[in-house]
Amino acid sequence: MWRDAALVAGRDLRVEARSRVTLQQVGPFALLVLILFAFALDPARQTLERATPGLYWVTVLFSALLALARSAALDEADGVRDALRLSALEPAGVFAGKALAVAAELLALEVVLGIGVIILYGAEPAGIGLLVVTCVSATAAIATTGTLYGALVSGLRVRETLLPLLLLPVLAPVLLGATRAFEAALGGAPAEGWPWCGLLAAFAVLYSVAGAAAYGTLLEGS
Amino acid sequence: MEPVVHLRGTVALLGRFPALAGIDLDVLRGEIVLLRGPNGAGKTTLLRVLAGLVPPVRGEARVLGHNLPAEARAVRRRVGLLGHATALFEELTAAGNVGFWGRACRASQDDIEAALGLVGLDGRLRDVPVARLSAGQRRRSALACLLARRPELWLLDEPHAGLDNDARDLLDGLVHQAVAQGATVVLSSHELDRAQALAHREVGLAGGITTGPAPAAGAESPEAKTLGADVPESMAEVPYVA
Repeated sequence: MWRDAALVAGRDLRVEARSRVTLQQVGPFALLVLILFAFALDPARQTLERATPGLYWVTVLFSALLALARSAALDEADGVRDALRLSALEPAGVFAGKALAVAAELLALEVVLGIGVIILYGAEPAGIGLLVVTCVSATAAIATTGTLYGALVSGLRVRETLLPLLLLPVLAPVLLGATRAFEAALGGAPAEGWPWCGLLAAFAVLYSVAGAAAYGTLLEGS
Repeated sequence: MEPVVHLRGTVALLGRFPALAGIDLDVLRGEIVLLRGPNGAGKTTLLRVLAGLVPPVRGEARVLGHNLPAEARAVRRRVGLLGHATALFEELTAAGNVGFWGRACRASQDDIEAALGLVGLDGRLRDVPVARLSAGQRRRSALACLLARRPELWLLDEPHAGLDNDARDLLDGLVHQAVAQGATVVLSSHELDRAQALAHREVGLAGGITTGPAPAAGAESPEAKTLGADVPESMAEVPYVA
């Protein structure tokens, strides 16, 4: 399964590297959202600083929707789904590979956004360990959940609009957990953040297992 | 000898529409069978049933010794389908696409390189993104993906469409070579002159049922026809049947 996951992740990342959609569209979009939040809340600087963790993760979530839609669209094109079904790839491996590729793109984006909130919002990094673990576990949760829901809506004519409608409510616990963990890290009380990290990790594990189990059925049904 | 394809009264639905309404067909190992019929006759659906992609809902369906739809996964790994869609990623190169689909079917790097060479994509075109290839070069790339997986049953849906004469000759030669090594081919085509020259026999389809003759059970597999084109010798080193 992991060999298949590496193959699919490599393909998705190569396609992204050549198309530069993440670099030229998702990245600028995310930075633009950060800047707009800064404009909107700049007169109340204290509010901006207090809201930094939430704004950061809302921006990540919106950007993730673009990356996930793009990832799902890759397997929609020109007979790719049939070719996947005819291949010897394990469906769980395809799921894992697609989720890994999305996660890699999101982690790179989160680094850029992290620099953005330091510059634009005046955030002071603290509790680096907690920040890193939060990013990794929240990203895994977003990538696995989004990949599963991307497969769920594939083949539907309204998939582009349906995916955010289905996904955002499901990811609400991830937004909450990641925001609370970031607040704890930036507020100098990292011990309060670790339980939220546990929630994020549990969420990621749950959707990894569900996605690996269900992806084959979704591939057949779409 | 058990036929490679054995269908009796096979029914398959597209939504609620019976695209196949009772197909009877036997195809023996080493045969090249041409499916003939007007648009909407069910040719593409029949090929997709044989590939294990569309489940038969009634009747008997055995492909390569496996019952459909129960053993569809086992069938899929042993067939190659060249359809209207090429399943190529525009951003990747021809070699990148063939490499990905080849490895996805457990092909070795040697098989992948051989496939690229056989369709003439081992030169400067190898590293050109598919988005910049012509329609014919894309079809060659898709054909290379099929060659790399070394299928026992070739399912070709309008295989000559979009190819120039040289590429058509090459395709016909590759089909004959594969058959000579034990593969079986079922194809549909509206380009009858070329397809009839390639096929050993024809089966008519209309309204989702077979209208042409089915082969007699136990009939001997026909000899492969003389090659229609020069095929690289390296093909002979790539057996198609385990």
